[in-house]
Amino acid sequence: MRRAYRILPVYSGDVSGAAAALFELGGMTVMHDPSGCNSTYNTHDETRWYDQDSLIFITGLTDQDAILGDDERLIHDIEKACEELHPNFVALVNSPIPYLNGTDFEAISSIIEKNTGIPVFYIPTNGCHDYVFGAGGALRMLAERMTDRNAGPDHTGRINLLGCTPLDFPADGEVAALKDWIRAEGFSAGSCWAMGDSLESLKDAGRADVNLVVSAVGLPAAKWLRENFGTPYVAGLPLPGYEKELCSALRRAMETGENQIPYLDRPADGQEETVFIGDPVCMGTMAAVKARQGSRTRVICPVEAGPELVGVQDAMTRGEEDVEREIANAAEIVADPLYRHICPAGVRFTPEIHFAFSGRIFRKQLVNRFQHDARGE
Amino acid sequence: MLKQIGRDFEPEGAIVSVSDAKYPLPFARELEFNAPAHGNWNIVHIGMLIPEAHEIYVGSDNCMRGVVMTAAEMNALDRYSTVMLEEEDLLDGNLEDVTIEGVADVIRKLPYRPRCVQVYLVCLHHFLGSDTDRIFGELEALFPDIDFARCWMDPIMQKTGLTPEQKDRKAILDPVQPLPVNHRSVNVIGGDLPMHRENDIAKVLSAGDFTVRQLPTNRTYDEFLAMGESFLNLCYYPSGDYAVRMMNKRLGRDYLYLPSDYDDEAICRNLKELTAQLNMKDIDPTPWMEERDRALQRALSAVGKMPVTIDYMSTPRPLSLARALRKKGFQVQRVYLDAITPEEEADLRWLQKNAPDMELASTMNVKMRVMPRGTEPVLAIGPKAAWFGGTSHFVNMIENGGSWGFGSLTFIAEEMIRGVREEKDTRDVVPRKGLGCACCL
Repeated sequence: MRRAYRILPVYSGDVSGAAAALFELGGMTVMHDPSGCNSTYNTHDETRWYDQDSLIFITGLTDQDAILGDDERLIHDIEKACEELHPNFVALVNSPIPYLNGTDFEAISSIIEKNTGIPVFYIPTNGCHDYVFGAGGALRMLAERMTDRNAGPDHTGRINLLGCTPLDFPADGEVAALKDWIRAEGFSAGSCWAMGDSLESLKDAGRADVNLVVSAVGLPAAKWLRENFGTPYVAGLPLPGYEKELCSALRRAMETGENQIPYLDRPADGQEETVFIGDPVCMGTMAAVKARQGSRTRVICPVEAGPELVGVQDAMTRGEEDVEREIANAAEIVADPLYRHICPAGVRFTPEIHFAFSGRIFRKQLVNRFQHDARGE
Repeated sequence: MLKQIGRDFEPEGAIVSVSDAKYPLPFARELEFNAPAHGNWNIVHIGMLIPEAHEIYVGSDNCMRGVVMTAAEMNALDRYSTVMLEEEDLLDGNLEDVTIEGVADVIRKLPYRPRCVQVYLVCLHHFLGSDTDRIFGELEALFPDIDFARCWMDPIMQKTGLTPEQKDRKAILDPVQPLPVNHRSVNVIGGDLPMHRENDIAKVLSAGDFTVRQLPTNRTYDEFLAMGESFLNLCYYPSGDYAVRMMNKRLGRDYLYLPSDYDDEAICRNLKELTAQLNMKDIDPTPWMEERDRALQRALSAVGKMPVTIDYMSTPRPLSLARALRKKGFQVQRVYLDAITPEEEADLRWLQKNAPDMELASTMNVKMRVMPRGTEPVLAIGPKAAWFGGTSHFVNMIENGGSWGFGSLTFIAEEMIRGVREEKDTRDVVPRKGLGCACCL
């Protein structure tokens, strides 16, 4: 049965994803939830909670609130917190019960925005999706509500990074290393969505010449920026051994204005199959590097990524049983260490820690993947 | 690197002088903050107290994430499974079939046959009117060799009824059935930690040569079931009292609730009640009291004028502990809590009269996210107090560490001395879940 997970954990949920995406921007994220969503998020899905203040709260929804539809309390509590804490914006995040009873978050957002003068928007989560859906939706909504619509490409080789959260980039220094790489290749580093940058710099996102989608989380915002500013996007990561291809793709996108996903174009030959499980941008890039060494590669995407990020030879899966079926004949598997639990006997396993899957369990073993010496290269 | 917002925020509404504190809710219930201190046990940890049992949670992605990662961090993924509800399940409203089929599928896939399966249903099962009798009736018919425990993860009900934790504590005791009565066997249940050597109840039971049965010390399911022979069910942890009362009602045995307390008179009264129930002579607690006083004197010499803070996670009686420490001359400056239990009302009144300078601080008020931390050296008792105080000097304790009575203060005094003398890595320690459980972090 697809819904049965005998031993694997689930990926971070949509509520956690939304909160992680907005963490550093000075806003206030409110999870309309009884309890647990915030605790789960800050314990297992967030590396910054202990050290860095961010206004992320739950409403403490009760059965009576839900049954009687007491939105007044929700509105009052949020407005009071706004008065006390002065956030840059408010993001409302939904959970299963308010989703079930049809709470009108759009209307609630309008009321609070009108009463406080602070931008308020709704991220349409419901607790039934994964972090890619939630974080991707949050960044897309941020683009829609907070970017300067009058900005346009400034043709300086400016590149935004889309899809950075600790769920995919948990190791210290990774985001800085990505920006350093952009500069080292002769481009200009634009805003990073959304780590290490302020809300002010994100507002200028329309000035970029290309958006670099560094995880599946970045795709919804990239598509919105494409539609509204005409900015092309490139998906991929400058992992060791893949910098040249990615750099060429960025230049091609600047010249042609066409989106580029270079890792999809991989040779399909080789006797033994190496299977990569995880975020399709990261795993696709790793697969492309491996394919150049003569291996047949396949990416298993167990998260709710846009299908354009997954190649014809790859697979999108839902649930443990699906993944087990897809890896049955693999010679080698590259995946988060917790996937070992379902690997066939005798398969070669290469651990690739994914914070959105194993949380903080392997946190002390994380390395910056964009430094050549991090993997002994 | 600590990065705080840095504005000046007025503490009003988040921190109050004890003299102004309202009983039982000193703080308004509004939006809630969750501090990164997680030493307490959650329903996953509690459920794992049954040996040879398997937990199966039935819920949606975001709800499942916290519980499965709890199991993973305690190296117990092999005793945990999930049935994932999807959006269409919410809209179709057919949770009974999905739950039955999912749980059955998990059980069939397990590499071992569990003696007991704890099935956790969620808020959605309530709101969609799921027929739980049908769910468990069909599962019991499919797997007659397995005991099913009916557990809940339904936090939406917790402010107007029992918490999931209280229900869980009851559900995990449900498989215990009555056995022929053994008048030399006593169950001490309701809490998570085994009794500490500084637990006066343990000392009395040992003096009476009773067989003591506790959930955390059972090694097999048969040992767990053998709790059905005890003539007395004793509880000293408030969150477990409901479960023990329900079990007692079912088994028809003697029952005793002896809540933790730091007041001499209350401890003596409880000890007298205990020995009477056990048909033992009264215990003279004087040596225990003297040992406690010596330990507290040593602690006072070590702590000196250093401010002390206490949180509700470290003990179910934070105000009673504050009262006892203030009486002995400690500079108890602040207690972190969000509500005051009826058991603590007298302690609140005493503190209002005798320690009006002391403060109560919320752990959930939104301002507690941004209030300055670590502005002065403090000795914290409890992981939440340690985080809010920004201190590396703290007693890392939950549920009194399993101690009780005069011995409890002896134990806490010794831990306070260690807390002052040794620095702990607060960043590493307090975010860990389930203090006392296995932890792979």
